[in-house]
Amino acid sequence: MLDIVSLVANAEFWSAVLRIATPLIFGTLGVLLCERAGVLNLGIEGIMVAGAFAGWLTVYQGGGLWSGVAVAAVTGAAFGLLHAFLTVSLALSQHVSGLGITLLATSLAYYAYRVSFPNVSTPPTIQPFAEMAMMPIPVLSSQTPLTWLALALVPALAWVLYRTPLGLALRMVGENPAAVEGQGIDVVRLRTFAVVAGSALMGVAGAFLTLSAFNAFYFSMVNGRGWICVALVVFAGWRPGKALGGALLFAFFDALQLRLSQQAGGIPYQIYLMVPYVLSIVALVVVARRATYPQALMKPWRKGER
Amino acid sequence: MTASGRGAEADAVLRLSGISKRFGAVVANDAISLELGRGEILALLGENGAGKSTLVSILFGHYVADAGTIEAFGKPLPPGDPAAALAVGIGMVHQHFTLADNLTVQDNVVLGTEPLWAPASRRAAARAKLVATAERFGLAVDPDARVATLSVGERQRVEILKALYRDARVLILDEPTSVLTPQEAAALFSTLARLCADGLSIIFISHKLTEVLRVSDRIAVLRAGKLVATLDAATAQSSELAEQMVGRAVRKPVARDHRRGDTVCAVSRVRVDAGSGALHDVTLALRAGEIVGIAGVSGNGQQALADVLCGLRAPDAGTVTLAGHAMRADPRAWIDAGVARIPEDRHAVGVIGDFAVWENAVAERYRRPFSSAGIVRRTAARKYARTLVDRFDVRGGGIDTPARALSGGNVQKLILGRALTGGFAQGDDFTPVLIVANQPTWGLDIGAVAYVHQRLLDASARGAAVLLISDDLDEILAIADRIAVMHGGRLSRARPAGEWTRAAIGLAMTGAEVAADAA
Amino acid sequence: MRLEARTRRSRAALLLAPFAAIAFTLAVTMALVAWAGSPIGETYALLFAGGFGSRFAWTETLTRATPLVFTGLSVAIAFRARLWNIGAEGQLYAGALAAVAVGGLHGGTGFDLPAGVLFPAMLGASVLAGAILLLVPTFLRTRFGVDEVVTTLLLNFIVLLAVSMLLDGPMKDPAALGWPQSVALRDDLQLDKLVPRTRVHTGLVYAIVAAAILAFVVRATTLGFEMRAVGANARAAAFAGVPVARTMALVAVISGGLAGLAGAIEVAGRTGYVTLDMSPGYGYSGIVIAMLAGLSPLGVVAAAVFIAGVLVGADSMSRGVAVPTYIADVIVAVSLVSMLVATLFVRYRVRLR
Repeated sequence: MLDIVSLVANAEFWSAVLRIATPLIFGTLGVLLCERAGVLNLGIEGIMVAGAFAGWLTVYQGGGLWSGVAVAAVTGAAFGLLHAFLTVSLALSQHVSGLGITLLATSLAYYAYRVSFPNVSTPPTIQPFAEMAMMPIPVLSSQTPLTWLALALVPALAWVLYRTPLGLALRMVGENPAAVEGQGIDVVRLRTFAVVAGSALMGVAGAFLTLSAFNAFYFSMVNGRGWICVALVVFAGWRPGKALGGALLFAFFDALQLRLSQQAGGIPYQIYLMVPYVLSIVALVVVARRATYPQALMKPWRKGER
Repeated sequence: MTASGRGAEADAVLRLSGISKRFGAVVANDAISLELGRGEILALLGENGAGKSTLVSILFGHYVADAGTIEAFGKPLPPGDPAAALAVGIGMVHQHFTLADNLTVQDNVVLGTEPLWAPASRRAAARAKLVATAERFGLAVDPDARVATLSVGERQRVEILKALYRDARVLILDEPTSVLTPQEAAALFSTLARLCADGLSIIFISHKLTEVLRVSDRIAVLRAGKLVATLDAATAQSSELAEQMVGRAVRKPVARDHRRGDTVCAVSRVRVDAGSGALHDVTLALRAGEIVGIAGVSGNGQQALADVLCGLRAPDAGTVTLAGHAMRADPRAWIDAGVARIPEDRHAVGVIGDFAVWENAVAERYRRPFSSAGIVRRTAARKYARTLVDRFDVRGGGIDTPARALSGGNVQKLILGRALTGGFAQGDDFTPVLIVANQPTWGLDIGAVAYVHQRLLDASARGAAVLLISDDLDEILAIADRIAVMHGGRLSRARPAGEWTRAAIGLAMTGAEVAADAA
Repeated sequence: MRLEARTRRSRAALLLAPFAAIAFTLAVTMALVAWAGSPIGETYALLFAGGFGSRFAWTETLTRATPLVFTGLSVAIAFRARLWNIGAEGQLYAGALAAVAVGGLHGGTGFDLPAGVLFPAMLGASVLAGAILLLVPTFLRTRFGVDEVVTTLLLNFIVLLAVSMLLDGPMKDPAALGWPQSVALRDDLQLDKLVPRTRVHTGLVYAIVAAAILAFVVRATTLGFEMRAVGANARAAAFAGVPVARTMALVAVISGGLAGLAGAIEVAGRTGYVTLDMSPGYGYSGIVIAMLAGLSPLGVVAAAVFIAGVLVGADSMSRGVAVPTYIADVIVAVSLVSMLVATLFVRYRVRLR
C-alpha cells in the first residue's frame, strides 16, 4: 500500500498519466462528436493507425511537426468522409461500415509503410515534439504542445456543443433528425460534418503516438486504444468534461499498472497489461443502466421515406 | 362537386396547382389544386390513406412532388426545402411530434433560428422572445423543462410554439386532436381562433367530420389521392361530407344478439410500475360474448394493461386469471390458452417485416402445431397461410412476399387472421377465449375499419370475450357493450354503454370520475 | 440521384453482389499495385496463380480456408441474430488453448485415455471455451444493455494476453528451446492429411460438414426460425412468443463454439501446438467472409475459399514482385466495404432525378 502511495506522489507519475491520457482525450472527443450526432464510428482504431502513419511520414519526409499533425487530421477526415457517405448518405449498417473502415485504414497504412520502407527491420525515427519546458507549471511543463491542445480542446468543444447554434443542431440531430429537418437544416450535411470533424480528431490522436509519445511508427502501435475510447464515451455520458475525467482516470490506472509491473513480484506482466481492457469493460457495465444514449444513435435516417 | 367562392383570389396566401405524388405503385396525390385564403381555417378532410399528410408534407418540403407547383404569398416556393417554407412563413405541427426528448423546450424551439456558424447563441434574448410569444397566444410553457417530462398536450403546445416563434403566417396542423382529450381539443380550437384573429391562415387536417365542421371555414375533401369537393363549412351537411369522404356505401357493422357468458378473464387490483405509463390498482372482469371498450387518451396506462393481458409483462401486484387459472408472463402460455392478441404497433410489433407472409402467419404457433421434432413443417405452414390469406382477403402479394411490402390494412388483416383462426386451417372450429385488441383500427381506411369491427363482433357473437382499447371514442361507442375509462393508470368501473354519455366519458378522460369510481 | 425502396428484394442483386464487390475491389487495388511500382498484369497473375493456379496452390488455399470457414460461420450465425460478435479472434485462441489443455501432455501428466475418447473431448472443450467467451458479453448485453461490439473487441486483447501468459508459464513446451509455444498435441489426436505431402487436412471436411449442418438449421429448424426472427425484429419476435434471451444465448454458444472449434482444428490439423501468431486475424477475416456470403452458411464456404486464395496468393506473389503482402489485407478490407454498398441494391433502386 505504501508502495502505491510513493509511486503516485511524484510529478513524474502524473506526467506519465497526462501522456497516456492525451490520445485518449482526442479519440474520445472524436467519438463523442460522431455519436452525439447519432453515428457510431467504429473506424477509430484504424483511423488512429492511419493518422499515426500519415503524420509520421510527413515529418520523416521533411515536413514540420505541426504539418504532420495537420496531415494526420486530414487523413482521419478522409476516412471519416467515407464512413459518413456509407452510413449517413447511404444509411448502411454503422457497425459493419465502421469495422470495414478500421480494416481498410489499418491495412492501407501498413501497406503504405512497407511500400515506402521495403527493407527496414527497425522503424526509422524522427525528432518528436519537445516538452513545453518554458511554462512554469510543474506537471504540465513536461508535456508536449499536443497535450496542451488536447486539454484546451475539452472546454472548447463543450462551448461549441452547449453554447452555439451549431452545437445545438449537432445534439438535436442525434436525438431526433426529423426535428432537425423540420427546422430547415440538412440532416445529411450536418451528420457528415460531425463525423468528418470527429474523425479528424481521431487522426490527431494517432499522430500523438508517433509524433510525441514515441518517435517512430510501429505495427500494433494503437493496440486497442481506439476501442477503449468507444467505451470511455459511454462512461463519460457523452459529455466533454466527463470524457476528460474518464480519460485521466483510465490513464491513472494504466500508469499505475506500468509502474507496478516493473516492481518485483510474482504476477506475470501480462496481467498488468490486461488491466486497461478489463477496466474498460467494467466501466461500461457500471454505466450501462443509467446511460442516456442519444436517442437516434445507430438508427439510419432516410429523407422522405414513408 | 360544389366549389366554394370564399376568399377572393387576390387574397390567397397559398396556391397549390396540380400536385401529384406517387410512392412506388401507390398514387398518394393526384393533380390536387387548392387555395388558402388569408385568415381562414381550411380543413383537409379525408379518411386514413386519402393523401392528406402527403400533401402537406409536400407543401412543407419533406417530400418533392412529381408534378405541380406551389405559390406562397404570390411567389413560387422552391420544392423539397423546409428551410424555404419556414423562411416564407409556413409552419407545421406534425402528427408525430418532432421533438427531442432529452433537450429542453427552449432548445427545441430555437433550433435553426440562428445562423449555424454564429460563435455564440443568444440565450437570454431567445428566452424572452419565447416567453413573449407563448403569452401572446395563450400557450403556457416552461422554457427550461425537458421535453421528456411534458404531457402530450404540453408537447403539442411546444410544436405550435416552434412555428409561432418563427413568425409563421401559415400554420399546418396534422391530425392535432388524435392525442387530446375532448377538453384539450376545445382549448386548442380556441387557440386557433385566436391565431386567425391575428391574421394567420390555418390548414387543419382531420378524419373526424364533427370536429371539422365545428372549427373550419372551408372544407376540402380528399379521397384516394384526389380532391373531390371543396365546401363551405357553414352550409355543408355532415351526410354530404361523409359521402364525399368515402364515395361508396360502407356496410355498418352488424351486431347479432347473443348470450353473455361467464367471466373469462379476471384482472384484480393489478399494479404495474412503468414510469409515466403505470397502472394503479386496476380491476376488470371480461366475460364471454361481451365487448369491453377501454376509452382514454393514449399514454394513460393502456400499453401496460395490454402488455399484461398479452403475456408480455407480469404485474407488480395483483392477480390476473384466465378461465380460473393464474397466468404467468409468457406469451406462449397465453397463446396456447386461446388468447388472440392484436398489438398497437402492427408494423413494429405485430409482424416481422423481413419475414414472408407465411412465416408471419405461423409466427405465434411455429412450435405447436407447425413444428415437429424441431423441424418446421413448411408444407403445412404454407397451406395454412394460403387459407388465411384467402379467408381474410390479405392483398399485396403471395405468401412469400415480405410483410414489409403490405399496406397497413393488409397487415392488420393478416394479424387478425392468425389471431382469430388459432392455427387451424379451417378456423371454423376455433374461437378465441379472449381477444385483446389494442388500437386495432388506427390509421386504417373506413373499409378496413368496418372489416375489423365486423370480425370482432362476429367473434364476440361466437362467445369470445373482447377487450377493445382505443383512443377513438366513436369506435368504442359503436361496438362496445360495456365501457370503462382509463386515466393516469386508473380504470373506472366498466358500465354498460347505455349508461355513458359522450360528455361523461370526456370528463372521465380528464380523471374526475375515474378517481371517484376507483376509490 | 436518390434511392427508392423496392417492393420485393432483388434476387439477382443478391447473387451478383459478391461478384460485383470483388470486381470493384480488384479494380481499386490496381492503383495500389501501381504505386508499388509493379506491373499490374503480372502482379495479379501471380496472385491468382499463387492461390488457385496449381494443385499445390489449391491445397495451400484449402488449408487456409479451413479455419476461415469456421470463423465465417461463427460470425454469420451471430450477425443473423444481430449479435455483433467481433470476438471470434479471441474465441479461436481460447478454443486452441482448451484443445491443447485436454489433448496435450503437460510435463508428463496428461490424460491417458484412448484417442477415441480424447478427441471428441478435446473438440468439446474448445467449443465450450469459445462459447463461454461469447456468452459473457451476450449476458452483459441482455441483462445490462452493454453493447457487445466493444466488449467482444476488448476481450480479444485480454485473451491474447492470457495466451501469452500461459505460453510463458504453465503450458509452455519445455522442448521448444525458449520459443513461446505450447505443448504439442499427442500424435494420435492430430488430424490426418487429405492429400499426402501437402498441408490440407481432414479439418476441411469438418468445416464443410459444419456449414451444411448450419445451413439446415437456419433454414429448416425451429431454432433457425427463432434465430432469424430475433435478428430481424426482436420486439415482434418477443411478442410472438419467441424466447429472445434464450435464443440469444444459444446463438452465442453456437457462434462462440464455432470460433473455438476453428482454433482446435487449426491446432489439430496444421500446427500441432499453439503459438501467439497462429492466427493472422482469422477472426476479423471471418467478418468479411460472412458479409461476402450474405450471411449464408453455404456461401461462407465459397467466400472463405476465395479469401484464403487471396491471402495465399499474396504470400506467393510477394516473393515474385515487390508488392507487400499487406495488399491481401487491403483487398479483404475493400471487399467488405464494397460488399456493404452492393447489398444496398438488393433493397433499393437508384433513380436519377
